[in-house]
Amino acid sequence: MDFSLSEDQLSFQSSVRGLLERSCPLDVVRVVAAGDRDAAERVVRDLDALGVRGVMAPEADGGLELGLLDAVIIQEMIGRQCAPGDFSGAAIVIAGLSSFGGTSAARAWMTKVVSGDVRPGVALAERIGVRDGTGLRLEGGRLHGRSLFVVDGDTATHLFIALPSGSLAIVDATAQGVSRVPLRTIDATRVFSEILFDGVPAEVLTGESLAGAAVNRMTAVARLLVAADALGAMQVMLERAVAYSLERKQFGRVIGSFQAVKHMCAEMAARLEPLRALIWHAAHAFDEGSEEADLLILLAKSHAAEVGVFIARTATEVHGGMGFTDLVGLHYWFKRIGVSRQVFGAPEAVRGEAARLQGWVSS
Amino acid sequence: MDLRLSSEHQAFRAHVASLLESHRHLAPTATDRGLKHPKRLAWQAFLLREGLAARTVPEAYGGRGEAPDILKSRILSEEFARTGLAPPLAGQGISMLVPTLLELGTPEQRQAYIGPTLRGEMVWCQGYSEPGSGSDLASLTTRAVADGDDYVINGQKIWTSTAMQADMIFCLVRTEADAPAHQGISYLLFSMKTPGIEIRPLVDMTGTANFNEVFFTDVRVPRRQIVGKPGEGWKVANATLTHERGMLGDPSASRARLMRVAEIMQRETVDGRSLMEDPVFRDRLVALQARVYAMQANGLRVMSAQLKGESPGMAGLIIKLEGCELNHEIARLAIDAMGELGILYDDSPHLRDDGDWQQKYMYDLGLIIGGGTAQIQKNIISERGLGMPREPKSAKA
Ligand SMILES: Cc1cc2nc3c(=O)[nH]c(=O)nc-3n(C[C@H](O)[C@H](O)[C@H](O)COP(=O)(O)OP(=O)(O)OC[C@H]3O[C@@H](n4cnc5c(N)ncnc54)[C@H](O)[C@@H]3O)c2cc1C
Repeated sequence: MDFSLSEDQLSFQSSVRGLLERSCPLDVVRVVAAGDRDAAERVVRDLDALGVRGVMAPEADGGLELGLLDAVIIQEMIGRQCAPGDFSGAAIVIAGLSSFGGTSAARAWMTKVVSGDVRPGVALAERIGVRDGTGLRLEGGRLHGRSLFVVDGDTATHLFIALPSGSLAIVDATAQGVSRVPLRTIDATRVFSEILFDGVPAEVLTGESLAGAAVNRMTAVARLLVAADALGAMQVMLERAVAYSLERKQFGRVIGSFQAVKHMCAEMAARLEPLRALIWHAAHAFDEGSEEADLLILLAKSHAAEVGVFIARTATEVHGGMGFTDLVGLHYWFKRIGVSRQVFGAPEAVRGEAARLQGWVSS
Repeated sequence: MDLRLSSEHQAFRAHVASLLESHRHLAPTATDRGLKHPKRLAWQAFLLREGLAARTVPEAYGGRGEAPDILKSRILSEEFARTGLAPPLAGQGISMLVPTLLELGTPEQRQAYIGPTLRGEMVWCQGYSEPGSGSDLASLTTRAVADGDDYVINGQKIWTSTAMQADMIFCLVRTEADAPAHQGISYLLFSMKTPGIEIRPLVDMTGTANFNEVFFTDVRVPRRQIVGKPGEGWKVANATLTHERGMLGDPSASRARLMRVAEIMQRETVDGRSLMEDPVFRDRLVALQARVYAMQANGLRVMSAQLKGESPGMAGLIIKLEGCELNHEIARLAIDAMGELGILYDDSPHLRDDGDWQQKYMYDLGLIIGGGTAQIQKNIISERGLGMPREPKSAKA
């Protein structure tokens, strides 16, 4: 038994971290959040230079043929820097395409997604819960309806859409009849969109091992990656809180010497470390094709949501008034964590799924 | 204990309800932004005229001069919460400075400031915190040196909310350079237009620049602008802070907020099902409701003690901590109940309540920190309330 990252994984993680620290420091986060798409694309290009886009894709399709655990440790570094980009969108799509047993259509898309020639947008929200009358339907090969919270809808060349039937449809994002409306969330470092489809020709992939397998895998990967992203953000917030507590003096002492402040930091650490282990475990189970993977991912996603809210708040509190300002920029991580909590299923919904999955309740 | 409504109180409730109902069209709404929006001032004037605001402030200063009556106060806050109409103005001037002046101001100061403040015509900001003095407020270093009939002020404040819009500031300065920290501070009132004041806005996490850095360079303020005596500023400030902490933890505001969440949960659906039918959210709502009602009852108890001239003790010490926490959790519930839609912050047809709940969730975290952090509140509760020893003074770190 060895529950730890390999040497390779550690060194991979540290090169991603080093790269992003240079490519996406706080001042870049600020301009990205202010809407500078070129700045965001520069970060994407830097990451692509490491070849991480295809981390989970087969080597034959240009990928690194690594697992979700590897994607998770990269995503953690992305969350750590609050970095923009469609790394997770690509990983989600690759995970979906790999359910088609290497059909030529799926492989053709896979290769293009890995190379970056196809930039994916991912529409999964309607699989999780329908609000505001959203929903999609396919009629005679054409897609109608609306999808909310489409991931990377702004940079996408193609949209990968979970249909209510559980199959995966692909649409040219620039086709006539597609309208994309950016949704402004509290986290301006990532862009979600609402997309309207007005009779848009769609390619529906066939040949799945099991009906709905692709969309289920995509949802699982989306959830675990967003949890990993939040984990990275939480780690930074904790580190920054500790660092600040060692600098800031009140009552003639560094505030880090007050037991109240130490306890806040210790509680953050106590919740963070088991979360990290849970996320790794879930990723590993997914990679092994373990039966437990689905449950572990649901637990990891919902647990990250809870720990996230606690750490985002507590790290801000350690900073006192400074934490509430834009000066230290801590709020970018606060907001990133806040959005990660809600997307791809808010924790209550995800826990409900976990209970049903275990047969503890009927639907 | 007697909370029955006498016929007088029943009549008061009916009177308030009908007044509010018949003037509903005058009430400002969330979109009437700006501290001095004409609609806000007109509404405040109406509330003052009818004794629905500043009921117990003496008539000479623009209030109604009525005897304190906890049931009437409670009826008023219940009626504002029930009708959803804008409650009386409650900025730092009204909630903090006015009670302080009533307690410790000179007749001239009361005359000059209370009326316009109540009417919303005179907006105040609070100049306490400094870059090096937040929780440890008594270490503040902004200096005021007596020079003839004036003080000359030099130094810097930070986190000064609404300094940009404020006409006036109530400000803590060090006047007695050689006195021990707590005894060298004075409490001054002056105009924000006084020469030598520079204001730099600070953007906060909600994206707005509500608070500011305020710099003083040779700012001259007449010595009569002091509240209390030189060196007594700490005592005066603590009077204000008590009022601030009461304001920040106001349970009737929490109740109105909770009712808004209940409305959202009745209105919103997921997969066609009302959120109120979801036992998870409903349970959280009712659990919070119990805490809100508990804080309201606690508030009545505090008020009763104050009326009898007794100290409210522990019941008073916990208000800021528990009240701010409660508001923050109510906002959290609203966001959670909205699911993915809860993360929206800017104009979108899917946005609910103007993105207000995310704004509140963040701002309330600010309030958990502002006005004495949660940790400082816990120190106060344990040390003053529970008689536990103070933390040992460590060697200078
Ligand atoms: C939204 C908002 C509005 C504000 N408005 C105003 C205003 O209008 N006017 C004004 O003067 N000020 C205002 N403030 C400032 C506010 O009063 C201070 O932020 C607050 O008192 C904390 O001080 P600080 O920010 O310097 O934090 P610090 O004192 O540096 O505290 C940092 C951390 O150390 C902890 N800590 C410090 N001392 C102790 C201790 N002895 N024991 C345990 N823990 C400790 C704190 O709890 C906190 O977690 C506002 C602040 C906010 C957030």
